[in-house]
Amino acid sequence: MSRRLHIEVFRYNPLDPNSQPHMQSFYVNEYDSMTLFIALNIIRDEQDPTLQFDFCCRAGICGSCGMVINGRPSLACHTQTRDLPDHIVLHPLPVFKLIGDLSVDTGTWFRDAGSRIEAWVHNDHEKFDAKAEEARMENDLANDIFELDRCIECGCCVSACGTARMRDDFLGATSIARIARFYLDPRDERNEENYYQVIGNDQGVFGCMGLLGCEDVCPKHIPLQDQLGIMRRMLAIHSVKGILPKRILEKLQHKGCCHESH
Amino acid sequence: MQIIYSDLLCIGAGLAGERVAVEAAKAGFNVTCLSIVPPRRSHSSAAQGGMQAALGNAIMGEGDSPDIHFADTVKGSDWGCDQEVARIFADTAPIVMREVAHWGVPWNRVEAGVHTYYKGGKPFEAEEKREKHGLIHARAFGGTAKWRTCYTADGTGRSVLNTLDSMCLRYEVGIHDRTQAEALIHDGENCLGAIVRCLKTGELKAYLATATLIATGGYGRIYRATTNAVICDGGGQIAALDTGLVPMGNMEAIQFHPTGTVPTDILVTEGCRGDGGTLLDVNEYRFMPDYEPEKAELASRDVVSRRMQEHIRKGLGVKSPYGDHLWLDIRHLGEKHITTKLREVYDICTNFLGVNPIHDLIPVRPTQHYSMGGIRTNKDGAAYGLKGLFSAGESACWDMHGFNRLGGNSLAETVVAGRYVGKKIVEFLQGHTVDFKQSAINDAHTKVAARIMEMTKRSSKQESAIQLRDEMHSTMMDNVGIFRNGKDLQAAVDKLDELIDRAKNIKLQGTAIGFNPEISLALRIPGMLKLAQCTAYGALMRTESRGAHTREDFPERNDKEWLNRTLAYWKDGETRPELKYEEASPYFEIPPGERGYGGGKIITADIPEEKLRVPNKGADKKKAKQTKKAS
Repeated sequence: MSRRLHIEVFRYNPLDPNSQPHMQSFYVNEYDSMTLFIALNIIRDEQDPTLQFDFCCRAGICGSCGMVINGRPSLACHTQTRDLPDHIVLHPLPVFKLIGDLSVDTGTWFRDAGSRIEAWVHNDHEKFDAKAEEARMENDLANDIFELDRCIECGCCVSACGTARMRDDFLGATSIARIARFYLDPRDERNEENYYQVIGNDQGVFGCMGLLGCEDVCPKHIPLQDQLGIMRRMLAIHSVKGILPKRILEKLQHKGCCHESH
Repeated sequence: MQIIYSDLLCIGAGLAGERVAVEAAKAGFNVTCLSIVPPRRSHSSAAQGGMQAALGNAIMGEGDSPDIHFADTVKGSDWGCDQEVARIFADTAPIVMREVAHWGVPWNRVEAGVHTYYKGGKPFEAEEKREKHGLIHARAFGGTAKWRTCYTADGTGRSVLNTLDSMCLRYEVGIHDRTQAEALIHDGENCLGAIVRCLKTGELKAYLATATLIATGGYGRIYRATTNAVICDGGGQIAALDTGLVPMGNMEAIQFHPTGTVPTDILVTEGCRGDGGTLLDVNEYRFMPDYEPEKAELASRDVVSRRMQEHIRKGLGVKSPYGDHLWLDIRHLGEKHITTKLREVYDICTNFLGVNPIHDLIPVRPTQHYSMGGIRTNKDGAAYGLKGLFSAGESACWDMHGFNRLGGNSLAETVVAGRYVGKKIVEFLQGHTVDFKQSAINDAHTKVAARIMEMTKRSSKQESAIQLRDEMHSTMMDNVGIFRNGKDLQAAVDKLDELIDRAKNIKLQGTAIGFNPEISLALRIPGMLKLAQCTAYGALMRTESRGAHTREDFPERNDKEWLNRTLAYWKDGETRPELKYEEASPYFEIPPGERGYGGGKIITADIPEEKLRVPNKGADKKKAKQTKKAS
């Protein structure tokens, strides 16, 4: 293994009026176990200290380093160069506002989405009794909630989403999964109508075109499409509650997954 | 220059910063959090293992109590901690775990019935009690008498951070991400906020606040091989140290984690060993029981790291192009356990190492992991030296960890200290007003702006920030590691003197308009060198071995002379800190003794009788009795 990698990087500094978007080539010698994290840092240390990109945990846990790697949104830290051809092309994630080069502003996007869906457990927080035993919960349910809490907000799913590319108010699969997490959580006292108001529209569950790009690129393998289906079904049933006979509604309410028992 | 006012400015939005922010926001104060990255990317998110709290729900934690947790913490600290703080911590931890559960943390829960657990690689069966079904469960961690580490699979940091961040949304805490505090604004007595650089535009802004909290985590990036995220560069500590007024406590106390992976230095959780993983050498022989027959892999981290290094020095490490390492074996835990309770470990191994831990051994070696030292605060979290400045979490030396931290105690500390210090800050805000002196704001701003200007314009005597960083890394790795001695430490101190001098001449190589990543490093390096010097010089002067600080030339724990805490002050223009010392603990609820693992000789101290009891404990009881009588 002694390839010389040709790494082509998107360059643009929006703050510099003279800067034009363009691709710039860098060359680095490949090492054993080399990741794009290592390669990009070598480029910045040895070739161009002004290159903008984001890394934080460099262990696939924080979600900072989402970028488009040879056409596919992914985390640069856990992408091994040995799994790529010797010509690697890097672009910033689309949809999010560009800060410069490979760096995009996911923070503002996710904060905004979080506020729109009111992403917190809705209960009386003041009611907490420091002297009382904790409220009990089934371990399986705790695990199911954690399963959806594993999102690292890297933005890959949003960047791979056809709807998000067309309309900038689409909440994306990540927000739907986040809402599903609260729907699953008995500590959240919102009812179906409350959920309907935040995601029962084209910005929410009904905007999805079902292209499955989100789930394909999710580095944490979160079942995004399942959650979208579950929430869409729940809201669809809710919207026809007054129309369909109870017998049919009961049949439809079968949710068919981890949401079943709750 | 834009000026932003808040009642409370939290520098850092990880677990500690956000927990404090929530407390103040709930009390009705206006709170702004600064964060280098979006808050959910804080290094807290990478914490896998769990949080210690004596809930005693799990069968293996039966009979646990804050008293036992307190004793484990004090022993773990090698009697270097402040026992008053350790007591506050142990007593408050169970409440805080329940509180975050109320807010949404999906803690793993007790399931009644017989379960197979592992200890030292051997399975055993235990029956969880029916009456505990559904309560918060716990797993084993090193250095603890009971199983008391609350966890959510191996994503504890992630799930608790998500919950706290959602509480920040709920209570409308202002989050200003991609910002970096470069200097504190102060008038010599009061802290008034910070000069902050926007990491999107490069613009400098003044954030003024009645109270300022530093919760920026550790400074592991002064070492090359560290499990810390790339943002853990000690920014908060540097801002405090640079005032010349605020001391750092116990900077020489650096913890090495036994299971950093090779070659990427990514941490795999202590939960691996807690759940029954074992350490093997080049012959695939389990060596830890030979050194520590009682605790084996679950002795405290400093002990396990030293034993591993000792074993490697005997030539029993596994040779690799990246240096010698040992193996971590979790294969016997089975596919289901590994892909659920240790999934993050599974992902790290497969994605970064090309190793499948279900069938393969994991290459590991001790790696820099945690800084017990930091901004010295009193028990209320108030920094020494400046009014209105507070610190919590890893950036602080609150000091419940002393010279070694137990696994699961730091993650718990973030939220326990966050809640406790948060309440103290609320009290402070309720009774305090401050004058924002224009001269102080201008001074701080001018200093930072001038530094940037100089680095851009400088023509002669040029130094590269990257070169200085690399030389600092080599110095710290080679001379201020797990085993230390006078000769190496002296060499490190001398080298750091030189680097600190050279750092005055840093010149930028590139000239990008707006935000320029090179400036970030160039602004940081001089401060990081100071933190490195506090570590090396403190270690050189401390002629004993205590916790993670191991001197080969002074192998004894010397309570007679060193039952104290190092305070490092930095005067402007110096290349070394001024060291002062204070008593380790105001009193000793548990008198210094042996830890029961790790061995080593102790030179005992004569501690006056009145320091061997808890002041007010008797008085409190008396008071309670009187109140009872009166009612």
